[in-house]
Amino acid sequence: MPTAQKIMDPDQVRRALTRIAHEILERNKGVEDICLVGIRTRGAVLAARLKRAIEQIEGKPVNCGILDINLYRDDLTLISHQPAVRETLIDFDITGKAVILVDDVLFTGRTIRAALDALVDLGRPSCIQLAVLIDRGHRELPIRADFVGKNIPTARTQDVRVRLVESDGVDDDVVVEERRSV
Amino acid sequence: MTEWTQKHLLDLDDVSRDEIELVIETARSFKEVSAREVKKVPALRGKTVALLFFEPSTRTRVSFELAAKRLSADTLSIAASASSVTKGESVLDTALNIEAMNVDAMVVRHQASGVPQILAQGTKTVIINAGDGCRAHPTQALLDVFTMVDKLGPLDGKKVVIVGDILHSRVARSNISALLTMGAHVVVCGPSTLMPCGVEGLGVEVTTRIDRALDGADVVMALRMQKERQNELFLPSITEYIREFCITSERLKKARPTALVMHPGPTNRGVEIAADVADGAQSVILEQVTNGIAVRMAVLYLLLGRKTE
Repeated sequence: MPTAQKIMDPDQVRRALTRIAHEILERNKGVEDICLVGIRTRGAVLAARLKRAIEQIEGKPVNCGILDINLYRDDLTLISHQPAVRETLIDFDITGKAVILVDDVLFTGRTIRAALDALVDLGRPSCIQLAVLIDRGHRELPIRADFVGKNIPTARTQDVRVRLVESDGVDDDVVVEERRSV
Repeated sequence: MTEWTQKHLLDLDDVSRDEIELVIETARSFKEVSAREVKKVPALRGKTVALLFFEPSTRTRVSFELAAKRLSADTLSIAASASSVTKGESVLDTALNIEAMNVDAMVVRHQASGVPQILAQGTKTVIINAGDGCRAHPTQALLDVFTMVDKLGPLDGKKVVIVGDILHSRVARSNISALLTMGAHVVVCGPSTLMPCGVEGLGVEVTTRIDRALDGADVVMALRMQKERQNELFLPSITEYIREFCITSERLKKARPTALVMHPGPTNRGVEIAADVADGAQSVILEQVTNGIAVRMAVLYLLLGRKTE
């Protein structure tokens, strides 16, 4: 049986996102030139929550979009299980904007690499910043997050599982567990 | 979530509803790619797609070529007239030579039914049928279904009417197969000489009366009437065909006001479809062409965008 350790509960997730929302506003001096882009699936959920938090704090609207990175993966020809491609929904111009890229877990950095390639195909942002709920280490590429909900030291043999009410239908939680043998 | 499991795309007879829906979902994403400023994603970088067109085609070949290029695959195009076929080489030998150059997929169009199957058995490469004889044209049917679902939602119980030369039409055959799988009510209409024997057995309604066919239709699909058929004694005359079956704006009034008018192209205006109908508000003929690229991107991605043995 895998031993699971609970890292975050709904309140901790909420507080972390509220803090990140403030940090994003502080760093960018307001909402004028920023937009949020969440990576499917859970990054998109988190981006939508950050949008609400930021709009509540500033009282001004922020653009928020959804990015599907599967077509930009570097392992498409290595994996036999093919990821389902979903639509990228970004209905605003990112050129000249500060794009806040949002994902749930930062691990090897390869997803973020794919997302960066996908973003520059859509326009030329003035800068791209990265916000993640969890940074679990073990980077394989020179990528770091600008905004982190929680740093969790993990072993490579472990999985970090994030569940969010919008995408998973259960209360928010973050759990670290031993990888299930396939 | 369904995964695509078949190695080739030869026809739609064994393709399930889940698989067709997977193609539609995937195509939706690719439609967005074609609308971008940078119309290219790196999903098939390093893959090579050979287009083997033993029968002339512009639309389908260009559509496959653009689809492959927008996925970053390399393409090479071989037309029958320029190939060694004219020097007596067999189709299989041509394919084996192309395969020896390490291509990942071959898109095949041939005037003879069954050639894609022969290549699928005789080579190790992924084969995509781009139309063989009178048998199948799977990507055309998939793009037709995608266009219908995009406009009308689920096709369960929707009345889809296919009008024209059903006998010689691979488009009709593949569409019947896909539409029945998707739960549509399919009606085929045309001169009895151009109706395949036993077509009722497939589960479609057959009629030679256009007004009855169009009554309450959700989709009206006209097929190209090949003028040569007149000389082959299938038709007394083209004039008679026009009088009995041409989709005119007057006849279209029988269909639902929201009915889609479709045509796989190339169109003979004034023969199977009146010009004002082809250009009318209900026509989605050019959208079919746009959607064709997205659907072919989806097919190429599903067949090649994973580990292949």
